[in-house]
Amino acid sequence: MEIFRKTTRIRFMEQRRVWYAFSALIILGSIVLVAVRGLNFGIDFTGGIVIEAGYSRPADLEATRSALAAAGLGAAQVQRFGTANDVLVRLPPAEGRESLDLTNRATEAIRSVDPSVEIRRTEAIGPQVGRELAEKGATALLMTLLFIGLYVVMRFQWKFSVGATLAALHDPFVVVGFFSLTQMTFDLPVLSAILAVIGYSLNDTVVVFDRVRERLLSMRKATSIEVMNTAINETLSRTLMTSGTTSIVVVSLLVLGGEALTGFATALLVGIVVGTYSSIYVAGAAALDLGLSQRDLMPPEKKQEVDALP
Amino acid sequence: MHQYPLWKSMTVLAVVLVSIVLALPNVFGETAALQLSRKDRAAFAEASVQELEQLLERERIAYEDAYLDADGRLWIRFGDVERQIEARDLIAREYEGQFAIATTFAPRAPRWLTGLGLKPMSLGLDLRGGIYLVYEVDVEGAVAQLTQVLERDLRKVLRDARIPYDEVAAAGPAVRLIIKDPAQTSGAVDAVRKFDPQLAVRQGDLPGQVVVELTPDQIRQRQDFAIQQNITALNNRVNALGVAEPVIQRQGLNRIAVQLPGIQDAAEVVRVLGKVATLEFRLVDQANSPLEAKRTGRAPLGTRLYDDRQGNPVLLKREVIATGEQLIDATSTLSQGEPAVDVVLDGRGGEEMLRTTRENLGKPMAVVFIERERELVERDGRKVVIDRSSEEVISVATIRGIFSNRFQITGLTASEGQELARLLRAGALAAPLYIVEQRLIGPSLGRDNIERGFRALVIGMLITFVFMALYYRVFGLVADVILVTNVVLITALLSLFGAALTLPGIAGIVLTVGMAVDANILIYERIREEVRNGNSPWAAIHGGFEHALSAIIDANVTTLIAAVMLFAFGTGPIRGFAVVLFLGILTSLFTALMGSRALIQLVYGRRRRLERLAI
Repeated sequence: MEIFRKTTRIRFMEQRRVWYAFSALIILGSIVLVAVRGLNFGIDFTGGIVIEAGYSRPADLEATRSALAAAGLGAAQVQRFGTANDVLVRLPPAEGRESLDLTNRATEAIRSVDPSVEIRRTEAIGPQVGRELAEKGATALLMTLLFIGLYVVMRFQWKFSVGATLAALHDPFVVVGFFSLTQMTFDLPVLSAILAVIGYSLNDTVVVFDRVRERLLSMRKATSIEVMNTAINETLSRTLMTSGTTSIVVVSLLVLGGEALTGFATALLVGIVVGTYSSIYVAGAAALDLGLSQRDLMPPEKKQEVDALP
Repeated sequence: MHQYPLWKSMTVLAVVLVSIVLALPNVFGETAALQLSRKDRAAFAEASVQELEQLLERERIAYEDAYLDADGRLWIRFGDVERQIEARDLIAREYEGQFAIATTFAPRAPRWLTGLGLKPMSLGLDLRGGIYLVYEVDVEGAVAQLTQVLERDLRKVLRDARIPYDEVAAAGPAVRLIIKDPAQTSGAVDAVRKFDPQLAVRQGDLPGQVVVELTPDQIRQRQDFAIQQNITALNNRVNALGVAEPVIQRQGLNRIAVQLPGIQDAAEVVRVLGKVATLEFRLVDQANSPLEAKRTGRAPLGTRLYDDRQGNPVLLKREVIATGEQLIDATSTLSQGEPAVDVVLDGRGGEEMLRTTRENLGKPMAVVFIERERELVERDGRKVVIDRSSEEVISVATIRGIFSNRFQITGLTASEGQELARLLRAGALAAPLYIVEQRLIGPSLGRDNIERGFRALVIGMLITFVFMALYYRVFGLVADVILVTNVVLITALLSLFGAALTLPGIAGIVLTVGMAVDANILIYERIREEVRNGNSPWAAIHGGFEHALSAIIDANVTTLIAAVMLFAFGTGPIRGFAVVLFLGILTSLFTALMGSRALIQLVYGRRRRLERLAI
């Protein structure tokens, strides 16, 4: 079985202006979304208290809310979590012992609704810790981009690495935009998924570039556009296959992994789709418009294109 | 001609076999167990194992086996939780207060496997339930405590040097002195330098002003001490909670993370860990019999009755020579080849120690370790704070010379010396501690997380298997074998390194499975291309592996960089994800480049003539 019986001849690069506009629109949209709607940060980043409780029958959110209000915790947000029986209670951050007391008070209030309730999880994070985690996360994001960019510069020509870095920047924007749009909780697992997406997206880009490098040398008479198209077409079935298998397992995580992995798996899934797109249209197109040509390949990069015949 | 070097195939085989053995303990799962440790942290003797076995047999409590681990703790494995609880209650009754007993899980793997030092992966808190706490140590407060001690000492220095002063006041990491007669300023500077040559002393801008500053080294030392001391104290108290495999580690500059698997009562944990420890140095009363006092339950006038760590009674005099607040440092060292503990007190404690030792040469002195906890209890409908304390004698030593603020305690074994130094430090003036993060994961959530994570892994893998087999036929089956091998390798590495498996870690394995296919896909697509270009099957195989190599390496290095960054900046479960991602990339590189090639050799290598590839 093959997706494409023969190597496809899709002329990707000719329509690149359309896709530039598309990408620009998406990124602009993401920025506007984040600016206007903001992100629904999890307590990992804001500090605060979260309590997950499982009732033995469908939870009465109103009763839980009023019990919490009666305990002086009117600021608590109560929502369903996963199944109809489970609720998630969120409280704003507090420092030190106070957060422990708040957690205890909230737990007692939740119990008062139904003594058989099971407290599945409580988390209390001080605002300072949250701020630090946010800073660390941002640093990790920047450092990842920086080091991957450096690696691509070392292994490829600079026009490639600008393209690759653009694509790598493109993808987190879209994922973050998606989380802003859906207002899904943006927490530490989601951030780590975004880092994995950056790695994954570059993985795709690098495979395409690797082929471009090879074809630039073997197709000496062809224009850069033709070379780029050929390379993308030749790697297309691999790109789709890998995205396919990775999506399969990520969807399996999303569907079967439970509530705790929903954000993580969603970020990965969006990232894989966007990453596949960006390694074709953003990375390749950008390298092309930077004037990529045969001349850019230094002699040390040259490889013999003779098959090692047996 | 179409040989794949034998040594490469053998390497692959060897690695896979070793990994299977390493991963094997995970297959057996875990069983209910008790972990016993002695209160004085000494190792159990083999005889204790037999003693406990006899006890269990006498009471007809079925157990699987009992053994000592490398740290000298005693483990008893049970077939079910009921026996475990029965045995715990029995041992607690029979050996009241002698052991810390933790109900836990032990690997079910046969002893010959665990005897080789092979362990299953440990599970993170999010998978087994438990409490995670992060404490912040107030390091600035710790430095302020030191300058307050310095302030007191400097007053004494000036008094002793007969230099009248207007003011001695601690301010930040410095103490400012105002000398009454500016003519005596340089005399004051000299006196301070003589008191402690390490201090930075300079004359201030005002007449008669002297500024005494702690050096950056002293500040850093004090901060490190404050954190180490709190870690020691937390270690001590965690022991009392009866938790198996607690993890207490420094996190960053001024934080301490505490992981307590299998515990659910957060309030109890916070109460026990929040105890305040101190010390008292007292003379031993030799005039009366401690046994008599214990028997009658009444201590003679002017004395107090204590127990030492073995439970023997000791009578101490009422007067306190020095307290933990005056203890600056305690370290275990070697003195003339013998284990010893170096103790440093502040000026006030030293003064009192000098007076005491001068009058009591040759008499024994004891150190009492005191732990207080504040508890909020309801009495007659009102909430009141009560202080509870536990006190025990941790050292009795004869005064062999006259000394003041620096002295040595000798006559100990090496491990006793370390333990004493540890306790002394724990009892020194403690830097304040705050909880900044607290997570509790219920046991059912942990179980759900494992179940869901593994279901996602298995289903995801199965679909990928079918997909690959349909798409690449024989080569797809090779890839499937490679995938399973990959999971075995990751499991083996995680078990070997003792890295904890977390929920994001399981997600990492799932993701790795998806991405590990990639290297195979790169190779197979290349082989197909080579076949399309009219190459012979073997040429296509050779060419496929060769040409895919650079793409595979480049593509994996980028993900490797992301994994390293995640590890460097992530905490807790996220690190679990980073570790799995990192290991997964390494194993998938190995399996795709070497394993896959060796397997294809195995499938096609013997055929004389290969007409077509099933790809």
